[in-house]
Amino acid sequence: MTMTEEERIAELLALLPPAPEGWVRAAQQLPRARAGLDGLVARAEADAAFRRTLLADLESALQATGVEPRRAVVDELRRRLSE
Amino acid sequence: MAASDSDSDLVARCRAGDDSAWQALVERYSRYVHAIAVQAFRLPPDDAEDVFQEVFLRVYEHLGTLRSDEALRPWVAQLTRRCCVDRLRADRREHPEGDAIEVEDADDAISRLDEAFTVRLALEQLSPDCQEVLDRFFCRDQSYRTIGEELALPPGTIASRISRCLGKLRERLEGRNPAPAASSERVSR
Repeated sequence: MTMTEEERIAELLALLPPAPEGWVRAAQQLPRARAGLDGLVARAEADAAFRRTLLADLESALQATGVEPRRAVVDELRRRLSE
Repeated sequence: MAASDSDSDLVARCRAGDDSAWQALVERYSRYVHAIAVQAFRLPPDDAEDVFQEVFLRVYEHLGTLRSDEALRPWVAQLTRRCCVDRLRADRREHPEGDAIEVEDADDAISRLDEAFTVRLALEQLSPDCQEVLDRFFCRDQSYRTIGEELALPPGTIASRISRCLGKLRERLEGRNPAPAASSERVSR
C-alpha cells in the first residue's frame, strides 16, 4: 500500500521528539555560563590563593556564580585554568 | 520563538549579543542535534549529552565565523556529525570489541532527519493550536486521552484537529525540497 503524503509527514514529525529539557536548558545558558567562566578565570589569574581554592572544587565555584556545573562546563573551566 | 524568525535573523541577533535569540536558536536546533546523536549514530545517553553540549558550545563560539547566516543548518548538521564520529572513534579506541557502526548508514539517517527538520520548520509556521496538537500526538507520542485531558477537549475534536492541521502542514510543505545529505565515511565502534 502506498503511503499518503500526510502519513509521510506524520512519520517525519515523529522523528524529532523533544531533546531532554535539562540538555536544552544547559545549552541555552551557555552565554551566562561563559560570562561566569570568564569572571572565574580572570580572578584566578589575578589571585593565586583563589586559583588554588578554585582548582580544589570547580563545581562549587561554578554553582556559586549561578552556573550549572555540567561536565562540559567543568571540563572547559579546567582546560582554561591549565592554559 | 516567533515563527517569522529566519535562521539569518537569529544568527544576526545572536552576534549582537541578544540572549533571547540564542535561546530560540538552541530551541530550534535541539531536536535535530539530539536526533542525529541518538538516532543516526545511536550514541548512549551520556555520550549523546556530551556531543549535544559540545555542538552548541562550538556554535556559540564560532557563530561569528559563519560565512553566510543562511548556512547555519548545514553547519550544525556537519558539526554534530563530526562530534559524533569523533566520539565513536574515541570509544572504539577504548572498547575495540564493540559493534561497528556504518557512518554511511548514519548519513542516510541524517538525510531523513534533515527532511524531518524541514517539516518541523513548516510546523512552526502554523497556528499555536496546530503546533501543539501535532507535536503532542506525533512527536511526544501522547494518546487522544492524554491530549484531551490536558487541553480540555473531547477525543473527537482532537482527531479532527489533527487531521485538519496535518492538511495545513502538507499545504505549507508543497513545493519545498529537502537539503542535500552529508558526505560518507566509515567508523567502527
